[in-house]
Amino acid sequence: MSKLAIQVIDKSYINPADKTTKQVIKDLEINLGNNEFVCLVGPSGCGKTTLLNILAGLDTRFTGSIELDPQHLKPKVGYVFQNPRLLPWRTVQENIELASHAKPEILALLLENMGLTAEKDSFPEHLSLGMSRRVSIIRAFATDPDLLLMDEPFVSLDPPTARQVRQLLIDLWSKRPHKVLYVTHDLREAIALADRLIFLDTRPMSVITEVTVTIPRKDRNKEIKIEQFRQQLFIDYPEITKLL
Amino acid sequence: MPLIYRPAVLALLSISLFLALWYALASYLNTPTLPTPLVVVNVLLDEISTGQLPHHLGKTLYRLFISFSIAMLLGCAIGILLGRHKPLDYFFDNWLVIFLNIPALVTIILCYVWFGLNEVAAILAVVINKLPNVIVTIREGTRALDVELLDMAQCYRFSKSKTLRHVIWPQLHPFVMAATRSGLALIWKIVLVVEMLGRSDGMGYQLHLFFQLFDVASILAYTVAFVTLIQGIELLILKPLDKQAQRWRR
Repeated sequence: MSKLAIQVIDKSYINPADKTTKQVIKDLEINLGNNEFVCLVGPSGCGKTTLLNILAGLDTRFTGSIELDPQHLKPKVGYVFQNPRLLPWRTVQENIELASHAKPEILALLLENMGLTAEKDSFPEHLSLGMSRRVSIIRAFATDPDLLLMDEPFVSLDPPTARQVRQLLIDLWSKRPHKVLYVTHDLREAIALADRLIFLDTRPMSVITEVTVTIPRKDRNKEIKIEQFRQQLFIDYPEITKLL
Repeated sequence: MPLIYRPAVLALLSISLFLALWYALASYLNTPTLPTPLVVVNVLLDEISTGQLPHHLGKTLYRLFISFSIAMLLGCAIGILLGRHKPLDYFFDNWLVIFLNIPALVTIILCYVWFGLNEVAAILAVVINKLPNVIVTIREGTRALDVELLDMAQCYRFSKSKTLRHVIWPQLHPFVMAATRSGLALIWKIVLVVEMLGRSDGMGYQLHLFFQLFDVASILAYTVAFVTLIQGIELLILKPLDKQAQRWRR
């Protein structure tokens, strides 16, 4: 049982052209409960990818702290990038094994859950985009991370494929719960996936409001429930309309 | 497809045509400075049976192999380093430009003058001639590395050696192959000059000897042997390596 406390007090860029400093994130505080699925919702270009790179340890030039409580450890991160970022010269299985030390039986199970058992020896260039996305999701789960980051992983998939992969993701997550931070600008997708929504303002990025999604998990595939919840959101929190 | 359009048949036809033209020209001119292919083949067989050609060819190949290996290993290491670290690259860029533009002959002469007419000087001269090309090629390859994949490796905590082997090396492979091919072509020409100027064995030494005797048939016999060997390396070693490394491509 652990919590994750994220605090980014300041993240700024220096614009090399005119030497001005631009603040991207200011006083951002997000706490993640055990196995909580949180969606970050905000307009494109609000610095979400910057935040994810900080959380993944790829960007260390910021003021703040990211700690697991109560152990005060840096979280081990699994990152599902916007592009799958698979090594094209390694097979599906090798790609997953290189990133994780998952036991073969776990790996086989994950491949089966994502419907990729037949493709485990294929090279990524022979896969469709939807399949590559699924491989990159498996890779992230296989590392058994403290925190799963997902950066709009279903963007540029056609709607049926996106729906299918989203369902596979939720099924997998239900079997192997982890803390998830999922970035999206699609409110319907966020409502369908999340335990909690965090709405982000832009330039500098900060939290506007947080909403717990009250729809039971079993009703999440019902369009009508999602739509009702969405309409109610706009009534209860008029400040979020400008974000979407 | 008609038999005549098969690549193997075409290749055979074209080499036959080449030999026929050579034969016709040599017969027509009838001069010792252009022997017919038959004469050359006879000399070649003679030189092989006396053990002369294998000995000198072996020496040259040995020098080729040593200097090529050193140049490639060192060149890859330095190239990756310069490609990954901008300040180093800026600092050493001038050195590279200087070494790239020193004529091969100058390096060879200086090496012999400074280090004596010995094996080490000979190999050093070849390495210095080849090294800058390898560095530049590998540096270009390293600059073109995919940042997204490097980020992925860092995020999933790949070790340094894992990153090098699974992320960086496969991306550098085409550049290494390019450096290998151009390197082989460059090095064997330089090795001959090095041998001609300061060694008492090897192809270069022999060619120099035949030149003084105006023995064109022997010169051509050695050339044929050498070209065949280099082609053999290409077909039997480089091509299979390429195929192996490219199998993931669509």
